[in-house]
Parts: sequence; C-alpha cells; structure tokens
Amino acid sequence: MLGKTAGGLFWMARYLERAENTARLLETGQRMALTRSSGSDDEWVSVLQTAGVLQGYQAKYDEISKDNAIDWLLRDPDNPSSIRSVAKLARDNARLVRTALTYEVWSAVNGGWMSLESALKRRVGERDLPGVIELVRERTTLVRGAILGSMMRCDIYDFLRLGTYIERADNVGRILDVKYFVLLPTAFSVGSSLDNVQWEIILRSVGAGGGYRILHGQKNGPAEIADFLILDERMPRSLSFSTRKLLENLNYLGKDYGTEMPSAKLAADLYGKFSGRDISEIIDQGLHEYIQDVLGELGRLSAQIEVDYRFYE
Amino acid sequence: MTDYFDEMLNPDGSYRAAYSDIGQWFSEEDAARLRAKQREAEEVFRLTGITFNVYGQADAEERLIPFDIIPRVISRSEWQKLSRGIEQRVRAINAFLHDIYHRQEIVRAGRLPAEMIAGNEAFLPQMLGVSPPGRVYTHIVGIDLVRTGPDEFYVLEDNARTPSGVSYMLENRETMLKMFPELFSKSRVQRVSDYPTNLRRSLAASAPAMTTGDPTVAVLTPGIYNSAYYEHAFLADQMGVELVEGHDLRVRDGRVCMRTTQGYKAIDVLYRRVDDEFLDPLNFNPDSALGVPGIMDVYRSGGITIANAPGTGIADDKAIYSYMPDIVEFYTGEKAILQNVPTWRCSEPDSLAYVLDNLNELVVKEVHGSGGYGMLIGPAASKKELAAFRAKLKAKPGNYIAQPTLSLSTVPIFAKSGLAPRHVDLRPFVLVSPEGINITPGGLTRVALKKGSLVVNSSQGGGTKDTWVLED
Repeated sequence: MLGKTAGGLFWMARYLERAENTARLLETGQRMALTRSSGSDDEWVSVLQTAGVLQGYQAKYDEISKDNAIDWLLRDPDNPSSIRSVAKLARDNARLVRTALTYEVWSAVNGGWMSLESALKRRVGERDLPGVIELVRERTTLVRGAILGSMMRCDIYDFLRLGTYIERADNVGRILDVKYFVLLPTAFSVGSSLDNVQWEIILRSVGAGGGYRILHGQKNGPAEIADFLILDERMPRSLSFSTRKLLENLNYLGKDYGTEMPSAKLAADLYGKFSGRDISEIIDQGLHEYIQDVLGELGRLSAQIEVDYRFYE
Repeated sequence: MTDYFDEMLNPDGSYRAAYSDIGQWFSEEDAARLRAKQREAEEVFRLTGITFNVYGQADAEERLIPFDIIPRVISRSEWQKLSRGIEQRVRAINAFLHDIYHRQEIVRAGRLPAEMIAGNEAFLPQMLGVSPPGRVYTHIVGIDLVRTGPDEFYVLEDNARTPSGVSYMLENRETMLKMFPELFSKSRVQRVSDYPTNLRRSLAASAPAMTTGDPTVAVLTPGIYNSAYYEHAFLADQMGVELVEGHDLRVRDGRVCMRTTQGYKAIDVLYRRVDDEFLDPLNFNPDSALGVPGIMDVYRSGGITIANAPGTGIADDKAIYSYMPDIVEFYTGEKAILQNVPTWRCSEPDSLAYVLDNLNELVVKEVHGSGGYGMLIGPAASKKELAAFRAKLKAKPGNYIAQPTLSLSTVPIFAKSGLAPRHVDLRPFVLVSPEGINITPGGLTRVALKKGSLVVNSSQGGGTKDTWVLED
C-alpha cells in the first residue's frame, strides 16, 4: 500500500470521528443552554474549548454568542474543524484513497458529504439544529457500518482504525482536560445539583449517559465517572479502550508487515498508563497532569505512526 | 426534410434491423417510468462520484456528464468492418511513431514534409532513438469516428496521447444493466466489461525486458482535482493496481519507485494520465509538480515502460491528421480502410484562399486545440463571428485546418417530447501491446443534446450513451 494511501485512510477516519464528536458537543451545548442549568453562554466557551476551536472563534468574533458558536462549529469554512469542513476533508481523503475502499464505504462517505453539504448550505437555526445533528450521527454511523461489514481485515482496515481511535482518545482527553476540575473530590460539596449538571455534561459529551447508568445506576460520583471515562474498557470511548485498540491495530500491522515499529512501543507504553491502574491512585497523583501527559503521548504516537508508515515524503 | 443519416429509422419510418428490439421496447414503455429511471441513473452517477470539474473552475461544483438512457446500437457486421479499419490505423500510428523517432523514412520518401515534424510542438527530441518494448508507443488509443451514411464512417480525430472516457463506456453499461435488465435478455450485446482486465494484461505485457516476475503496474494521476480523476481511480481500482501521484514517486537506483508503507517499491509499467509536458521537471517543464524528476532518464535506459510513450502526440496532431491516409498506406502497404475527413491545410496558400471563400460552410479547427475549444462551425456562426475568425485565419494560417461540415448521423435520445434524433460521434478504445491489438466492442458515444447541434464535447453540452455492438 502507498504511504499516501495509509495517510488518507487514517485522516478520513479521523475526520469522520471528529464530525461525530463535534455533533455530540453541539448537542450537549444546546441542551445545557436550553435547560439554563449553567451560567448563560459559559457553556459555549467550554464547548468551543473542548472542540479545540476557541482560539479561531475568538479571532473572528469579539463575543461568545450561541448563534455564532453554533455556526462556527457547524459550518464556518474558516474553521478547519467545523462539521462542514471535516465532512469535506473526509470526502476528499476518501476520493484520494478510493481504490482502497469498497463501493459501500465510498458511497456512504460521498453520500454523507452530499447530504451534509445541502443541509449546511445556509445558517442552521436553533430549531433545525437537532435535525442536523441527527443527520451527522446517522451518516457517520452508516459509514462505520459499511466499514465493519464490507472492508477486508488487512492493513487498510488497520489504518482506518488507527485514525478513529487516535481521534476518539484525543477528543475524550480534551473533554477531561477542560472539565477535570469537576471530577476532583474537593471541587464541590458532594451531591450538590451543580455537580450533577457538570457530570451530566461530561457524560453527554461522550454520548455515554446511558452506558454509565447501566453500569453504575444512579450512583453519581466524580471517581466513578473518571474511572468510567479513563479506565473502563467496557466503555467504547474510554481512554483505555481507545488505547488498547491502537495497540492492537499497530500489532496487527507489525505482524502483517513482519516488522515491529517504534509506534507500537509507544502505544504499549501509553496503554501501561491505564492497564491495571486504579482511579483513586491517579486522582491522588494529580488528575490534570495525568490527562495532559496522556494527551501529549497521544500526539507523539500519532506523529510516530505517520513516520513509521511513510504517510508523507 | 433531413439530410442526416438516422441510425434508428429507415427513410420510410420503420426501424432498422439493429434497432428493432429497442424500438419495440420503447413503444411498450411508460414515459413516466423512463423519466424516473433517468433521474435514478443521475443519482447513481452522483453517488458513485462519476463527476468532473470544468477546467479553470477550481471551486466550481462538480458536474455530471448527462447520460441518455436510449442505447446506440451497432450491428455485428458494421463493427467488424470498423474494427478492421481501426486495427490498421493503430498499427500504422505505432509504425509511424517508431519511424519518426528513428530514421524518418517517411520524410526521406517525400511523403511527409520535414517541417511537419521539426516545427511541431508535439514532437519530442528526447524520444529520438527510443524503442519501447515491442515498439509499442501508444498502448491506449481512442479513435473518434463519425458516421454519415449506411456504410460511411470517417475518422474525425486520433487520440494517441492519453485518451479519456473509457470509464463512461463501462459505467454507462453497468447503469443500463442495473436499470433495464430486460433489454439485455432480449438483445445479445457484446461485453465491454473485460476492458480493465485486458488493460492490465496489455500493460503487463509491455513491461521492460528487465522485469522479473509479475510486473508492477501503477496509474499516474495529476490528483483529485483533475477533471478525469474519477476515471483514473476507477481504472486503478478495477485493475487492482496503485493509483499514484508525482509526489508518491522518486527515482532510486535507476528505477522509478513508489513510497509504500513498507518502503520504496519499483514500478515496471506506469500508465500515466499526466501530459508529456508535466511528466518530468528535469526534462520538460521545470515547474511541474505533477511528474517525477528523472523519469525520462530511467525510461530511456529501459527501467520503466511509460504508457503511452512520451511524444505520441506527434501522431494525433491535427496538422498530421491530413496526412493519415498516406501514413497508413506507407506503413501497411494497404489503402486506408477508414476514411479521413477531407482537410484543407490553411498553411497552404491555395487551401487558405478556398477556406476564406467558403468559411460559412466549413468547420475550422486549431491545429493544437482540443475539447471543441477555439473551433468555428461555419454554418452555425454569425456574420460577426465569421469576420472575427477570418481575421484570425489571415493572421496565423498555419494554426488552422478546415473541413467540410459533416452530416453527422443521428441517434434518438429520450427527450421531453419522446424520442428525438440528435447528432453523435463514437470513440472506440483500443489496447496495444507486444502481444497484439485488442479493441473493445463498443466505445463511448457522445451525443449533442441540443437540437441541431453538432458539438458533442462534454465541456459544451454533450452527453453520453451506452453503445451496443450486437452478437449477431
């Protein structure tokens, strides 16, 4: 396989994952704004921050407003991570690697881009936002299903998976980076309603409210939620889950190509930060430092994958 | 009232034999259902991504080439004659290219003026003395044909550089099979679907002598913003080979290699869809980012086969075109089976005088133009346009050739009012390798969708049709 193709697959998957994550953040932001459970437009600041697009937003707008924040996240061409931008990037990458994709996957990506392009032609009002978010969810789910059901399990699949899990881990890592303080035991008096709201925001941003309740019932607590998002491998968006998948896919590649690459070693080290660890120990040693350390390692791992598999010159 | 040959109907209004099944089918069909099918076909084309970007409009929307659902039908006997003529012509073109880049016997024999070669931009001195495997220069050829009568076909143009459109031939058939399976159980149509397999075989057979084992083939594309990118990806996908861009390639140890996830891997045969000029910044246009620095040196030393060979444009140049009957005869020793359209070379004073006198009846083309741009269709031009073109002709006569306005045959399209005749041409696709010549039965039919129009180019309102060659 061409190095460029591996890179195209990796980025196609990253952008698709990003579209889905941004849609979820938007949904959370809108919900919080509607239930007025947090102070005015503050929630949009943290949504923009979590999506990693706050700086760009501030360069364009002087004030944080709901409408502008939604537009920036959803369809602003100046925001390279807006849903419209990443849908286009995912589709461009899919065209680039067209020969590596099945018709099912290609047409799911292309069809998704076509319908998003038409849904995002004009500003989306509050009233239509839920429909657009649903569209993003549906379309990315269709692509995921097509990948699962029609792609060969070979290096092509591994590179798609690597892109998905790097992006996913990065996204969850950033949510935790922005919100870590509400997971500290000393932040608020236990059981206050403010706590509950903040915890709900976190769970919703990763689309895991339901999963959490199945496992923990109504027992909300900062340690339980931190454990769920960081260490619980039953949870398909936890840092530990994503990292294990990264390690597995890098090992498949190593086996397939007959060479162990440095990125596999990095992934194994990163996985060591989760595997067999205890959440209270992590919190005691400093949750914020831990999360930042993980985010840094993820960035290094992504860069090493690019080098190991010759994505670029 | 019409002077055009109608491929479907006899002068008395009855169906010609080849169209009897189609005619009957259509008369029993419900127009609303067909219209729905037509829209469905367009949806399929969009979803599949069979779209093109118009040159010079980087941000413009991707466009579809309109597809018409009424197939064009060619009988077996008509095709047999055509394919004999095509094979003869393609053989001659390759012999001509070998001669032009070696001893130039045809010039020595006085059959072709030396200045047609020496002063021609399409002639590449870098190719002098180069003999590709099997002396095959044009591995993939598209011959543009038009029809004017029951037994009259003319070659309008040879495409010996990087002919495009074959993906439309294949996708049009796939679409028809999906939408109207009943048509194919009635009529026995020769298959076109072997083309990608044949292309790969043909390219592999053209590998350099030094190749060991199964040759590594790749398709070179200018990238996803090229108007024909869909076709490049389609062909690579169908052949199961890599689709590469210039920046994936580099010359290493005398070979052209592609950057894979496991290091550099040598390519034996490169089917390039990049023009000569951009192929090698060291040997041609130094600003090109689309090519591979040094590929020409590898090529000349036999380290790679480039398909088509650089410099094949000298054979399909419009100025050379008028000499094709001589060229065919010179290299095959036979009269050309396919006719050339009579052509006036405006570089010759007598011809120029004739062309200027009869401008309103002629088609005038730029010698190096393509895609129907810079062309004058006399009968359709206004007085003002004629005057403007007259001035251009006088200023640079050598830049133009002129031909009579041909009465292109018509084939029905499915128009608002039902079946309506429209003018068509035909581009059959030919594969050449040291093992032989393979012509896919059928080709790309381009149709001028506007009533009365003779311009079939997709860039100017043309569409395409599935093209059938019947089994019997």
